[in-house]
Formats: sequence, structure tokens, C-alpha cells
Amino acid sequence: MGRKILFVTTDQQRYDTLGCNGGTLSRTPVVDGLAARGIRYERAVPQSVVCMPSRSTMLTGQHQATHGVWMNGVPLPVDAPSVAAELHGAGYRTALIGKAHFEPFMDPFGRFNENRLAALGTETVEAPQFGGGRGPHRGFDHLEFATHGATGWLHYARWLGAEHPEAVGDYYAVLDADLEVNAEGFGDTGAPQVKHNPIPRDWYHTDWVADRTIAWLDGLDADDDWFCWMSFPDPHHPWDPPQSELHRVDWREVPLPAGYPESAAEREALLDAKPRHWRLWYDGKLVSNYEAPTHWVPATLTADQVREVNALNAIEVELIDEAIGRVLAAVAARGWSDDVDVVVTTDHGELQGDFGLLFKGPYHTDGLMRLPLIWAPAPSAGITPATVTAPVGLVDLAPTFAAIAGTGGRDWMQGTELPTSDDDAAARGVERQLTSWDSELFGVGVYLRTITRDDWVCTAYLPGAVHDGTEGELYSLADDPLQRVNRWDDPSVRAVRDDLLADLWDHQPVEHEPRLELEAPV
Amino acid sequence: MATIRREVRLHVPADEAWAVLGDPATIHQWFPGIEASSLEETDEGLVRTITLGSGVPLAELIVTNDPILRRFQYRITGGVVRHHLGTIDVIDLHDDSCLVVYSTDAEPDVMALVIGGATGNALHELQRQLESDTGGAS
Repeated sequence: MGRKILFVTTDQQRYDTLGCNGGTLSRTPVVDGLAARGIRYERAVPQSVVCMPSRSTMLTGQHQATHGVWMNGVPLPVDAPSVAAELHGAGYRTALIGKAHFEPFMDPFGRFNENRLAALGTETVEAPQFGGGRGPHRGFDHLEFATHGATGWLHYARWLGAEHPEAVGDYYAVLDADLEVNAEGFGDTGAPQVKHNPIPRDWYHTDWVADRTIAWLDGLDADDDWFCWMSFPDPHHPWDPPQSELHRVDWREVPLPAGYPESAAEREALLDAKPRHWRLWYDGKLVSNYEAPTHWVPATLTADQVREVNALNAIEVELIDEAIGRVLAAVAARGWSDDVDVVVTTDHGELQGDFGLLFKGPYHTDGLMRLPLIWAPAPSAGITPATVTAPVGLVDLAPTFAAIAGTGGRDWMQGTELPTSDDDAAARGVERQLTSWDSELFGVGVYLRTITRDDWVCTAYLPGAVHDGTEGELYSLADDPLQRVNRWDDPSVRAVRDDLLADLWDHQPVEHEPRLELEAPV
Repeated sequence: MATIRREVRLHVPADEAWAVLGDPATIHQWFPGIEASSLEETDEGLVRTITLGSGVPLAELIVTNDPILRRFQYRITGGVVRHHLGTIDVIDLHDDSCLVVYSTDAEPDVMALVIGGATGNALHELQRQLESDTGGAS
């Protein structure tokens, strides 16, 4: 019998929303406890700041360029490499419960496997696998899907529609009548994607994900080895937690985040020092990607709206923390605690008021790029608690899971096992992380390549709709934690920029051939 | 209004590709996600009704079916689509291969992505079917 793995992901969660990372709005005692007895990473970086590419990186252990999912709407090939398949092949029981999003949601043709599988009502289906042969879909022998809200094909939507149909309409409508991301705002401030949701907490998707995880664990034999990816759709917008929980954080008492400049003049000066697309989006003059409301102009965002969004986000984070606590209690009740590794992270961050912006897009600063990542190794492994400051990435998760399971890494994995200390990181040369962005929406192309290393983050822009290929961003993470001062053109750090760029281009991952096609908006 | 274009080179003669693409009754045989199709003459012209994988029926007015140009055009009418024009062109490359270009113009814009994405997938399926029939290169 080996170590078991509980892999917990959230969606679009900032680093600073956890108490163990200095957050003060949410109470997160469960994850804070995991951090105290485990390893807390202070510079965990996504390889993409949107869902589908980032989640594909978690599963495959590959960069975006290599797995080929270059933007939301590009499906991950069904026979892509999968760490779940590796573990399943090693005898693990494997499950993914919650948000998968390796394939698009918007699917009136019913073409995508996740949607079809949910419609079938089976635990999994047999499918082609990487390297030949067939096995359970992406290596998971149990799949139950959820996403934001209760419409669409997926298991949670079907469950709520069947058991509590009166509650389906309680959720915020993520899309508007034109199928664009909805700009409409409710709540107290009219902030976009905010709504007071009358749904009872027990029916909310966070608790459903925990309930279904516990049900799956309850069905396992005591001596099974297992890998369970428990994937919460929150705190991704819409911000519509159950209304019964709004008392937890009063938005009127929420301080404005450090990254939000209250003065419009200050916001605009900061944005003007960055490549053009920052200010163009703020002013409502450029929409480069589908992930934020097309008809929302960030310049209209008010301080009170920032407060309310942050409050509702914090409530969703608290609900997730309590849900994780329920699952850990179920694990303990089975007598497994000593042999379970728990990894908690997210797919990317959220701007949440930084520079006067919300949501996500081609903006490689900490709001989107600095992630919560906690690894609480199985106590039986005897790994010393630590804080790691070296940059690590989501690309490192798959090799870490393989190492925990004792299957060893595979040559298709491009990351490295997460370091257990800074000394371990130094000894193994863990020093850089790469992130990329490619978006093409109705003739607007935006392309970023970023390296995080030595307390600097450096982004080069490739030629596109509003960039000529000479633009960039360079921030000192040590001296400028809010990334306000773009030093790309600062001659005093030209050598730093040149060195980072050389390293960035030297380490670009191999590209998937042929280039995969965008098949849906999201 | 938004526009999306997908294309594929088929290693079969243009007439062979057109024999499939110019036949409005058989789209469900090569377009993944379309489960069934039927034709009906109406006062406005020939209407094809397709049933999507989600069970949603869509009516499509056949606008152009030109075997000389090898151009097929149709409009989705009704539903959330305010405007749509689908255009399939088969272009003879004069080496026993052809280029098939499938264009989608739609409003709301998002529908161009949804339909256009499906058309790309359909062209790959068409290529698989036609080239496996002939043993041609992929």
C-alpha cells in the first residue's frame, strides 16, 4: 500500500486570499493548517493565466506550447499525456470531481467528450491513451463534473436540475443573451458578475463537490491507493455565493486592496507605463479575449464594487476551506491520514481590483501570476515543513504526483518534482518558471512570453494586433511587489533584462504539431 | 458580425469533394455534432432542418448550390442566431486535389466561434472519410 493523493484545486484564486499567505479577509484555518505542517510555496507560477491551458498543464506536466491548448476553447486531445493515466496504470484508483475544463463548455453540437460523458451518466468511458492503447478517459476511472452555475451538460447541473429545479435560476447568468460573458451587475454595488444567490448552501456547487468526493472515497477499499482531484469551480466569477453566507464578510468594511489605486489619475498613469493593451482594455477600446465581459469597461469600476467583489470572493474562499475540512475529516475517519499527501492550489489568479481591473487577460502580474500552493506531504513520508521561495510552477505538479506514487517521472513531463525546501531547490537547479499567453479573437492577436527568475518577472511581447514586438515588461518582485514600475526601458537594469530574455528564449518548450484549432469560445 | 474561416486540402478530385459537399441531404454523415438532417421545399426555398447533438433543431435556408462554381451557401434562421451565412467553396487545385474553404459569418459574434469551430472539426472528418476511401495522403 502506497501514499494516496488528494489534489485540491480552486479556480481563479489569488495568493493573498489565504490566511497563511497573509490574507486577512477570509478565514482559512484548514488550508492554513496544511501549510503549517507542510510546504508553503511563496512563488508558485501558472504556465498560463486562463483555465483550459493551465488545467491541461496540471494534467500533462507540459507547458502550453507542448500540450497545445493555447487558449480557452482549444480542446486538449483525448490521448494527451496524463499523470492520472500513469497513476491508474500503477494501480491507483483515480477520480476527478468538480471542474475539469480540458474541453470547451459551450457545445450545442454535443461534440466534446466531457459534455457527452456527463450526458451518458457513466463513471468514465474507454478512450485512446497517450503512447497507444486504451483506458479510462484521461486515466480517470471516476468523473463527475461541475462548473460555475447550474446550466449546461455537466453532472452538477443535471443533479440540481433534477433534485432542486427551482434553484437553477438562482445563480447569476454567466452569459448574456448574445452568449458573451455577462457584464450585468447586481448585489449592492452593481459590480459585474455579482449577484445575491438565494440557493441554500447545501445545494451550492462547492458543497456538492465535497459531497461527491466523500461519496467516492467512501466507496474505496481500505487498502486502495487513490488519486483524487477535487476541483472547486469557485472563487472564479460569477461572485454569487449563497446569500445565507453574506454575513461572513461585510463588503462595506473591506479595505481596498493594495493593488487598487483609488485615484483614476494614478490608475491611468500606471497603466500608461505598461504596453498599450492594458490601457486600451481599461478604456473599453480593446477586447482581446473572451474571458472578461465584452461590454464592460473597466474604467467604470468603482471602489465600492472592488470592495464587494473582494468580500464575495472571500466568502467563497471560506466555503471552500470548510469543504476541504469536511473531506479531510472523511479521510481521517477511514484511517488514511498518515498516508495521504494533500496538494492545494489553483489554475490562475484574478486581478480583483489591481490597476482598476477585474477578471483576467494578457496581464502577467502577481494578481494572475502568483498562486496559492500548499503541499502537505503524507506524515508517513517524514518530510520537514518548510517555506519555499524559489519559483515553482503548475508544470511541476504531475512529476510530483508521479514521485509520490513511486512511478517515477516520464520523459514527456517538462516540470520537476516540487522542491521540499529552498536548499532542495538550489541543489536541483530549480530557478525559473515560464508562462505564455496566446489569444486570437476576431483578428486581434496578443502573444506574451514571460520568465520568472531571481525575483524578477520579465515579459516579452511578440508582434500582434497592438504590439510590434519591441514592447515588454520588467518588474522587480523584491523592490516592487505590486509591479507598478515597468523597468523594461530602464538602462540601469538593461543587463538584467538581456539576461532574462536570453534565458527565456533558451528555454522555450517544443511546440505541439500541428497547431490545435480554436473550436469554441470557452 | 464576426467571421471565421476554416480550410483543408483534400487529396481527392474537386468533383469528388463536391459530390459530398453539394448534397444538402447528407451533412449529418460528415459533420460531427449533427445527428440528423431533412429537406423541405418552402415558399422561401429549400430548407434543411438539422438536429444537433444537444437535441436542438435548426432550420437552414439553402441560399446557393452552384455546381459550376462548386459553392454551397446556407443561412441558419431563427434561434439565438440573428444573422448567419455559411459558405463552402471547393477549389480545384488541378493535381487531383482540392482546397475546401468553409466560412462562417454570424451575429451574435460568439456564434461564429461556436459554428466555425464545428466546421473545422467537420472538415477534418470529411478529410478522414474521403481520403480513407481513396487511400490518399492525409
